[in-house]
Amino acid sequence: MRSIRVRTMALIGVTATAAGLLTACSGAGGGGSSSGGSKSINVLMVGNSQMTDIQKLTADNFTKDSGIKVNFTVLDENSLRAKVQDDVANKTGAFDVVTIGAYEVPIWSKNGWLHEVSSYSGSDSEFDQADILKPMLTAASGSDGKLYGIPFYGESSMLMYRKDLLQAKGITMPEHPTWQQVADAAAKVADKSSGMAGICLRGLKGWGEMFAPLTTVVNTMGGTWFNKDWTPQVNAAGFTKAVTFYTNLVKQYGEPDPQTSGFTECQNAIGQGKAAMWYDATSGAGKLEDSTQSKVAGKLGYAFAPVDQTKYSGWLWSWDWAMPSTTKRADSAWKFISWASSKKYENLVGTKLGWSRVPDGKRESTYSIADYQKATSGYYKIVKESIENADPANPGTQPRPAIGVQFVDVPEFADLGDKVSSYVDDVLTGASSVAAALDKGQKDAEAVAKVYQKTG
Amino acid sequence: MTAATVDPGAITAPPIRSSAEDFKARMLRRAPLLPALIFTVIVTQLPFLYTLYISVIGWDRDHPEFGHKFVGLKNFRAVFSDHALREAVLVTVELTVLVVLVSLALGLVLALLLDRRFAGRGVVRTLLIAPFLIMPMAAALLWKHAFYNAQFGLINGVINGLRGWFGNHTPTSWSILTDHPLLAVAIPLIWQWTPFMMLILLAGLQSQPGDVLEAARVDGASAWQIFRTITLPHLRQYLELSVLLGSIYIIQAFDAIYTVTRGISNTTNLPFAIFETQTESGDYGVTSAEGVLVVFGTIVVATFALRVVSSLFKEEANS
Repeated sequence: MRSIRVRTMALIGVTATAAGLLTACSGAGGGGSSSGGSKSINVLMVGNSQMTDIQKLTADNFTKDSGIKVNFTVLDENSLRAKVQDDVANKTGAFDVVTIGAYEVPIWSKNGWLHEVSSYSGSDSEFDQADILKPMLTAASGSDGKLYGIPFYGESSMLMYRKDLLQAKGITMPEHPTWQQVADAAAKVADKSSGMAGICLRGLKGWGEMFAPLTTVVNTMGGTWFNKDWTPQVNAAGFTKAVTFYTNLVKQYGEPDPQTSGFTECQNAIGQGKAAMWYDATSGAGKLEDSTQSKVAGKLGYAFAPVDQTKYSGWLWSWDWAMPSTTKRADSAWKFISWASSKKYENLVGTKLGWSRVPDGKRESTYSIADYQKATSGYYKIVKESIENADPANPGTQPRPAIGVQFVDVPEFADLGDKVSSYVDDVLTGASSVAAALDKGQKDAEAVAKVYQKTG
Repeated sequence: MTAATVDPGAITAPPIRSSAEDFKARMLRRAPLLPALIFTVIVTQLPFLYTLYISVIGWDRDHPEFGHKFVGLKNFRAVFSDHALREAVLVTVELTVLVVLVSLALGLVLALLLDRRFAGRGVVRTLLIAPFLIMPMAAALLWKHAFYNAQFGLINGVINGLRGWFGNHTPTSWSILTDHPLLAVAIPLIWQWTPFMMLILLAGLQSQPGDVLEAARVDGASAWQIFRTITLPHLRQYLELSVLLGSIYIIQAFDAIYTVTRGISNTTNLPFAIFETQTESGDYGVTSAEGVLVVFGTIVVATFALRVVSSLFKEEANS
């Protein structure tokens, strides 16, 4: 009998162990197939205002028509990139649609992380692929010529300024300003006593935060991250000039605590009347012209991205919808993507939320809608011309080893840009000199260059 | 229920057990525990062994074409040559010491005050514990935006208000985020961990023998003398326990750093440094090597710490 008891105990033990193991295994995997059947998809996106708008409109329009439920996850830019990268690189398959930028499409498609969408968009007449702007299609294509992303909205960069404040100081901003003119204007309109910053420029750590506007300044001031043969130029004259100019401008006439200000913080600062000028993404203007979200609607003037030695210096960027190669619901995912990037959706946003909030910069047809022209009369021509004149292959004053206006399209750039931006933050907080920061950056850039000088 | 027939007349010597039987009996006694032990080993040690394995292969998220080759100690060399990581060790020590000592001092003061009887003591105690119950991320966000913000934060608001009082209407350019980034990270942590220290010390204070204190007072000892000679020695083990538990938690601080500074201007501690290596460079090999080194470092520190604690419990048993 005793031996029977022992055996029973052992049996119970083994069963418990097995059960424990099984539950431990089933806990992994994340939000995959457990949430709904084939009639639901998981979308991971960045928290920009265009994305939060679509979150509001999906249930009553897309889900109602198609019966497909959409579960949204929203993250900030830095976290989103890391999350998507881990998800696709490790084939977790937690998401069916993700928003990725122009930087990721070529790299990730080469790694086999993305599901091509050419076969869908080419055969979908309602989607009208021919209407998409050429630079946007190029940016969303892989090296094999296939499309791997569908642009949701495209952007360049431009200068936004408070007409009333500049006028009060007797300043007229030309349509194509130089950086010197912008710095002079910032000095005049900055007002410490009322807490008015002369200009808001991103200082938040991150290659996609601070270094987006800063790299365009580097480009136009004759600098570059790398020469054609991958020699790093981070502490060379052009780069140093640009970083010195940028950090001085921010320290003297910029927003307080610049190391905490990214796109969103600057947009809030100018929208709440705390900054007189803002050089940033063209897609930031819509929210500022919407009087329900901004105190300065109707008071803003627009100019092309400020320059120094080049004719244009606007960046080129798009947020694209893409499918990770691990998705098991590609058909439903395409239905959502084609709706989100359709003319119909642009029209829906225009009539429901206001024409200045349309996810624009991707379709030719957007620019001939009368209501849209009226709502964006201050800047729509500047945006279109900036996008058409941004040259990712040759954005500065010297030939480049990789494409990209405000980034270098190699996977190591994200890490490099993040690191160097944290050194520049030390300059902004007064903990380091420009020279010391860029010497450190040069060392990091040399490590990146080694990878490419070897492979030629 | 064994059906052994025993001759009632026979006197049997007590059976001498062979060591093999002894072993079997011991094993049988432990058998029911075995599944749990195996399960624990599987869920705690296998992941660590896997991490050890990853730390000696080259695995770069951004370059799947490189594959997973054995690279020996290359990842560990990369970690040791990374000056940012050495700085992170220093920052971890600085931050932990600062937060633990300040919250211990504040917790002691609050515990002493709460040890007295006064009207509304329960309400006050609940209010003081509240910060400990707030999610770390929420606490850090609250401090960053509601207190630190240079344009509409409470700190600069108060300073500017006072300056306006004295006729100086230019806003202050002082900002804790720019001038003292590490302190800006430490304050939310101190705010959260002070109640924790306070609770432990309060338990200690309330376990003081009342008759001894009474006798001391009758003998004419001053409050300070009583505190120094009776209360503090009594509190010693509670203080040590607070420091130990506080350190274990604060070494792992992450939320405050991520939220308040994103690790810039020398505020990156070890957990945040490992997180950054993973998210920015995507090099699983180097990240695992960092993790392995931190585990070994922790084992060394924990061994000493556990000795302290076990001596505490010994004293406890002897007293």
